[in-house]
Amino acid sequence: MADGMARYLALRFLRAVATVFGVCTLVFLLVHLIPGDPIDAILGDQAAPEDRVALRKSLHLDEPLATQYLRFGGSLLDGSLGHSYRASERTVSSLMAEVLPHTAVLALASLLVAFALAIPLGALAAYHRGRAWDRSASGLAMLGLAIPNIWLGPLLVLFFGVRLQLLPLPGDDPTRASALVLPAFTVGTALMAILTRQTRAALIEVLGQPYILAARARGVGAPALLFDHALRNALLPVMTVGAAQLGALLSGTVITEKIFERPGLGTLFLDAFFARDIPVVQGCVLVIAVIYVAVNLLLDLLYAAADPRVRLR
Amino acid sequence: MSALARLGRLPLGATLVAIFGVAALVGPWLAPYSPRTIDLLAQFQTPSAAHPLGTADNGVDVLSVLLHGARLSALIALCSVGISLTVGSALGALAGYRGGRTDHLITGTADLVQAFPAIVLNIAILALVAEPGLLHVVLALSANGWVIFARIARAQTLLLRESEFVGAARLLGAGEAQILLRHVAPNLLGPLVVQATAALGAAILAESTLSFLGIGPGADASWGALLDQGSAVLLRFPHVALTAGAAIATTVLGFNLAGDWLRDRLDPRTRHSHRHPTRSGKSR
Repeated sequence: MADGMARYLALRFLRAVATVFGVCTLVFLLVHLIPGDPIDAILGDQAAPEDRVALRKSLHLDEPLATQYLRFGGSLLDGSLGHSYRASERTVSSLMAEVLPHTAVLALASLLVAFALAIPLGALAAYHRGRAWDRSASGLAMLGLAIPNIWLGPLLVLFFGVRLQLLPLPGDDPTRASALVLPAFTVGTALMAILTRQTRAALIEVLGQPYILAARARGVGAPALLFDHALRNALLPVMTVGAAQLGALLSGTVITEKIFERPGLGTLFLDAFFARDIPVVQGCVLVIAVIYVAVNLLLDLLYAAADPRVRLR
Repeated sequence: MSALARLGRLPLGATLVAIFGVAALVGPWLAPYSPRTIDLLAQFQTPSAAHPLGTADNGVDVLSVLLHGARLSALIALCSVGISLTVGSALGALAGYRGGRTDHLITGTADLVQAFPAIVLNIAILALVAEPGLLHVVLALSANGWVIFARIARAQTLLLRESEFVGAARLLGAGEAQILLRHVAPNLLGPLVVQATAALGAAILAESTLSFLGIGPGADASWGALLDQGSAVLLRFPHVALTAGAAIATTVLGFNLAGDWLRDRLDPRTRHSHRHPTRSGKSR
């Protein structure tokens, strides 16, 4: 059994390494796969020929593909991720390190909002299945799923920032905790909606099982029944569905940082887009994809630890 | 879910999709103004008889922008979902039917593409284009749009490959192309259509998001760009952002409801609530 576990862990880890390798290669090739000259994208097609030659040289696009690939690999291995095209003395990784904490805080706060609301809501809906509580919670989830980030953000600002003047408006000092509330709800609402539906469905299934009936017969009260007996078994599928939304969560932070004018990976990425700072664009895409692969690996390992059946697959 | 609730989704979803469809088809001809008509004296007006939904930056009529924007959204969504559906289902069916190395290659590529959050990959692709236009946005959206269709087609083909009628066709001497086109493809249609409906909503949202971020096709009228404009003046003239956002949200909701309804209709496995969560985005 221990052998099987070790084998599973090793295989899963190797697969993640292969994916990261593939991600890096794809990010490198992006510049070459897209039809058209990246020099045109940066300078426009009216630029003087000598400027074009100089830029091509400074981005090392004049070298053979294999050399460029090795250079790209080297910049990954030394941790610099290359140099910004706008500020050539800055490495891409140093630019990202500056803003990454802001994005991490926003992502974690959004997760917190989503789980803290979804689990009680889902439990409430499942316990009162078919009744008013269920309909309200399910309706709220449907609404949360339908409202896009780009609309929810402005709506929240309008209501809580302008109307009630409870929370700071976009552009406020991002280190203040109160400035985190609206962005976290903007990113977290969709996830909250998905998790509420999932918690409800998983709990309804678990609540129908004989051991719950047995506990009920022993006189276990409703809260203990829900939280000690049922939720524990319902949580794994909820976590699984939550994990599948990681990409949406990362996309949500990019969009929300722009709405609330917060510094972060998304803002850096969009700024780099408009300046056509291709090394920074590549760096951001790479880091976001690697975070995605790493978190998925971590979650799979956690499942394996939590649920012995996973290993047998 | 009760039968009544399931039935209720059809009228609402279908109505919203129909309104959007009509707006996209004939909207630009119904629009009272051109989305380029500038009236500097009438900037950011609240709704009035002359401008039923008010005006935006430069006095542009909001209703006209919405009607013209509907066509842009529809065009981009139909093209990108069309490409994704065709390419994705062809690759997926091939992977499922051939197995082995072809399967590894296609599934591996799909896994790789899926490691990038969709909008992030779209933006990175558009960063390499001098002036992103309609075609570029369509291609950027298709770059990851095909994956979900490939997964569905592959899973379905894996089942079909072992079925008796495909075995019989093979025994009768049908070639690979003939089996895939005549025998496999028709049976893929149901699940693919369900996915395509949801994908249309997702593509409309993705196009709006790109335009909102200022990365869109730079057309005269776009819902996302209007929402961005409205957000910039949110504190003084909230009606612009409210209207533009409502248009995006109700359209996306309409496609989602229509997709859910179709899924319940066509896929017997999900007819009884969503009981068995599988990890979407992960293949086995």
